[in-house]
Amino acid sequence: MFEATDVFKTFQQYRGDAIVIPVGTSGRHWREFSTNENRDLNLGGAMGHATSAALGVALSLPDEKVVMFDAEGALLMNLGILATIAGKQPKNFYHFLLDNECYATTGGQPVPNAQNINYAGMAKEAGYAAAYQFDDLEEFVLNVEDILKQTGPVFIAIKVVPHVENEPIGRRQRTPTRNRTETVKALQQELGITGS
Amino acid sequence: MSEEQAAILRPETLLEEFQKNGVTHVVTIPDSETNYLYELMKDQPWLDVIPASREGETFAISFGLFVGGKVPVCLIQNTGMLESGDSLRGYGLDSQFPLVFVVGYRGWTRRGKITDSVARYTEPFLTAFGVNYYLVEQNSDGDRISLAFEEARATKRPVAVLIGDEYHGFNR
Repeated sequence: MFEATDVFKTFQQYRGDAIVIPVGTSGRHWREFSTNENRDLNLGGAMGHATSAALGVALSLPDEKVVMFDAEGALLMNLGILATIAGKQPKNFYHFLLDNECYATTGGQPVPNAQNINYAGMAKEAGYAAAYQFDDLEEFVLNVEDILKQTGPVFIAIKVVPHVENEPIGRRQRTPTRNRTETVKALQQELGITGS
Repeated sequence: MSEEQAAILRPETLLEEFQKNGVTHVVTIPDSETNYLYELMKDQPWLDVIPASREGETFAISFGLFVGGKVPVCLIQNTGMLESGDSLRGYGLDSQFPLVFVVGYRGWTRRGKITDSVARYTEPFLTAFGVNYYLVEQNSDGDRISLAFEEARATKRPVAVLIGDEYHGFNR
């Protein structure tokens, strides 16, 4: 298990022009490392469906590398999406799962069967082109560059340290961040997409 | 062709309306009444069919396609629409997304008492979410689909098309 910030710090070196879609408690740290905000997409969430929206982005932009940093609590709400993604085989889609084994944003309660689920195994058996799992930072650092050169859809499950929030939402301090509409607009401008 | 046959909503009419409105993708879970439509859609070179695993996915996948400049349509049944509420909220209503979603109206009947509870809740569900809808029961209603697209584009909101299954001939 290692820090999500180490995942992002490592990934950033190989990002290139990829569109990056972070979700969940761990995903919030991406903005500390991103150097191309116009290609960062905040898709929000709706009971785990950010993964579905990310698939739509990947299918609509086949010439762009699309990288999602998903969360296991969200994925569990919508596991069928693994089959949906595998069914369409988006070659440009890299699906990272930051697995902190709990609902960090609601106080750290464990997700069902938290320590015993093989998410990479699920993705592979659903039909992803490749799937990996890491719980050691050194091993991740050694492999991530090659993984990002592979043909998608690729699934990468990573055990990360939870950072539990236990304050009522109204009392939490939030770093100002761009909302979904703003990030969509910025990405569309970046890519020259009009008419929507 | 009998008068009854002429009245039946043809799947080809639905596709013509999609093409006329620039649709690029149909995100769908087939229902029991739409197999022929599914086969027909797969044969269209201008259309990409995306089979989903659950209806809530269809709204979110469609939003992602919209972000990338495409024009998607969701094609689902009313049972699945009921389970899609939060996805419709998050990716449709809260996202200024001019989505047309086509819903098979299982249990709809104009002639008598509705006995299927999913039909009883279909229109109240849409009303609760503030989503306008057009009912298509027969082939001559086909142009209502274009009205739905026009309204979605003008309001930047999702609009539903309800397919009254008592009349449509999609299951050949």
